Amino acid sequence: MPIEVNGKSYETDEEGYLANLNDWNPDLATAMAAADGTTLDENHWEVINFLREYYEEYQIAPAVRVLTKAIGKKLGPDKGNSKYLYELFPYGPAKQACKYAGLPKPTGCV
Amino acid sequence: MSEPWEDEGPGEVKKFMYVNRKAPYGTIYALESLEVVLIAAAFEQDVSMVFIDDGVYQLKKGQDTQQIGMKNFSPTYRALEGYDVEKLYVEAESLAERGLTEEDMLVPVEVMSRDDLARLMDEQDVILSF
Repeated sequence: MPIEVNGKSYETDEEGYLANLNDWNPDLATAMAAADGTTLDENHWEVINFLREYYEEYQIAPAVRVLTKAIGKKLGPDKGNSKYLYELFPYGPAKQACKYAGLPKPTGCV
Repeated sequence: MSEPWEDEGPGEVKKFMYVNRKAPYGTIYALESLEVVLIAAAFEQDVSMVFIDDGVYQLKKGQDTQQIGMKNFSPTYRALEGYDVEKLYVEAESLAERGLTEEDMLVPVEVMSRDDLARLMDEQDVILSF
């Protein structure tokens, strides 16, 4: 089901993940979040940008456990814990944040 | 009821060894093995990966898949450390037969002789061959 943003249509898979990684732009993330009833603040963006960098480097979306640990390393322990990340992304931090970041659904993830 | 962020204990820890024997592209084995390892890492078992025969090419530096139209998944081996998969063994004979050395590997590995690897395989609870 394609998603419409700024008059442009973007291909997604049946779960709403962007079909083409290179199509991504911040407006698209905002629109996907709005469709879920979420308004992205700077804390969301921190995680989304982190995920995009992680994917760029390793060519995969990280599992939630790995994401949590890596966030902790980069942004400190008060952000590198599951509770904080689940509050930001209640549908599952890896799954929901990866969607907004334009990444494929993480391998074997929550 | 436990919350999703509360870890359950790992239970009984078994020794899992994933044996990789095939070149990275041309068949799906290498990528499938890597994905299984990444998924299974969540179960907190004692995991090791072994690279034998053409499997050593999976860890070769400088892979370029543009001409064959496949995704270069070799950077993903560098993510294994973050998944706590740190035991990567490469068979010395397989490297030598292909004119490769430890320097050609894109992640830190332990190079091991065929005999030592055989002994290590004997110690495993589960061996999965790809």
